[in-house]
Amino acid sequence: MTLSEKKQLQLTACNVRKGIIESTFNAKCGHPGGSLSATEMFTYLYFKEMNIDPSNPKWADRDRFVLSKGHTAPGLYSTLALRGYFPVEDLKTLRRIDSYLQGHPNMNTVPGIDMSTGSLGQGVSAAAGMALAAKHTGKNSRVYTLLGDGEIQEGQVWEAFMMAAHYHLDNFVAIIDNNGLQIDGNIKDVMSPYPIVDKLEAFGFKTIAINGHDFDEIEAALATARETKGQPTAIVMSTVKGKGVSYMENNAGWHGKAPNAAEYEQAMNELNATYAELEAN
Amino acid sequence: MADMIKTATRDAYGKALAELGQEKDNLIVFDADLAGATKTSVFQKAFPDRHFDCGIAEGNMICAAAGASTMGLVPFASSFAMFAAGRAFEQVRNSIGYPHLNVKIGATHGGISVGEDGASHQCCEDFALMRSIPGMTVICPADGEEARMAVRAAYEMEGPVYLRFGRLAVPEFHEKNFNFQIGKGEILRDGTDVAIIANGLLVYEAIKAGEALAEQGINAMVINMATIKPLDEELVLAAAKKCGKVITCEEHSVIGGLGEAVCGLLSEKLPTIVRRIGVNDEYGHSGPAPELLKQFGLSAEHIVEVATELCK
Repeated sequence: MTLSEKKQLQLTACNVRKGIIESTFNAKCGHPGGSLSATEMFTYLYFKEMNIDPSNPKWADRDRFVLSKGHTAPGLYSTLALRGYFPVEDLKTLRRIDSYLQGHPNMNTVPGIDMSTGSLGQGVSAAAGMALAAKHTGKNSRVYTLLGDGEIQEGQVWEAFMMAAHYHLDNFVAIIDNNGLQIDGNIKDVMSPYPIVDKLEAFGFKTIAINGHDFDEIEAALATARETKGQPTAIVMSTVKGKGVSYMENNAGWHGKAPNAAEYEQAMNELNATYAELEAN
Repeated sequence: MADMIKTATRDAYGKALAELGQEKDNLIVFDADLAGATKTSVFQKAFPDRHFDCGIAEGNMICAAAGASTMGLVPFASSFAMFAAGRAFEQVRNSIGYPHLNVKIGATHGGISVGEDGASHQCCEDFALMRSIPGMTVICPADGEEARMAVRAAYEMEGPVYLRFGRLAVPEFHEKNFNFQIGKGEILRDGTDVAIIANGLLVYEAIKAGEALAEQGINAMVINMATIKPLDEELVLAAAKKCGKVITCEEHSVIGGLGEAVCGLLSEKLPTIVRRIGVNDEYGHSGPAPELLKQFGLSAEHIVEVATELCK
């Protein structure tokens, strides 16, 4: 990608982060930590990688995205809003009693959501089913799913991985957000899923480890996934939970907590400063 | 009666899938290493490229079927009732029920007539589990032809359907291509003294009970209530009004199934004396299916006893 393309993606990612803070602050709850760690991936997928049409969210031949770690809906909603699926202003209604922006993604209320998720371990199976169906019907659709590194403690995730490899679903890409933290603390202390890359390789995946905040690495990994034939791809991305907001970074406490007014102001100031700095360069 | 043709509804299910598969290109089948027992193997033989074995991983199978349905396919996902409704309950609830996806769950080996495998495989809780999911249609056909028609009706309707089939061969009493309608009960015998409302293999027992009761001068109405949800409320209310007494019969726990659905309706709209025949909050055990059914009171004889007592 060109430098100006990269800069544009970085600016967009910054706006996605602002949407995450805006929505969780207004909701007074929600999950900012894992939304912020996956922001670059959300941004790249929706603004560069995926074959989609925001004006026709149900277009049959589109690529699919399933947020298996459904609690990070604020990150996906913010990305979808900026991509034009619905008004950015609506992000402020997140989790409200009269809002279509449910706490976890609902495919029947939110334009652009390809699968309802929230119960960990299920979205990845649904995504594998979509990839299987796309192959069966001769569609070129590719299916991307994003999982948490804590989520892969769910046994069903490995059932889905087994199926993706068994049926040679080379249109299926599992992305694991390895931010290292889950509700009860560090994933390696709670219930270690390591070594993640080795396990995925053993399960038959083309496996790529990247820095999940680096757009060049994201681009290269997704390009490799597209070129990989006969097997599914897994991208294990090292990330920082709470990335972009200093006091949220690497802090499990920000998994499922919203900023208060003072924290909101600080977060927005930091993100605005990041944006200005990016723009100036 | 002894020379009636007998069919296991699971056999009819497999054949119905294969038959429907000829007509409908978008019908696909998922199974979890039980194709030979659920009889989806019949479909698999006819359409090997439309049958996907998921291995022994029911949770993944249910969610994969959900995903496939979003791509315009109509998946039938099969396993034993214990695993489709029991083990994968939360997957059915969250990935099929909540998004209201067009997936049909073909669950075989329901109830204690599983037989020798014993309690671990004898699911008597599936109606309760599946009924509790908003928007889920729950059907338990009484014979092979009804199973066949139910599969076709489930395919034709948009939305999630849970179909329960049995392992044991049961007498065929429906005419070929009879008019099966989801959500509509079927009066098999009219009567005025007691309404016997049954589903699954208890329907034929109820027919026999109705005949035996007639010999005793008790005029029983016999209803086949294949659709447990949505319940044919109109018919239940009419039967209760006409007979004043109701007996429900199902190869399921008395908790949460047809019996409670009928009681729930009647207690609110037309309080009526009801007796529930089913499995009385206990586990089954190993044994030949016909003997187990007798032992657990899932028989014409027991229906007659209960009806006689009720009509004293």
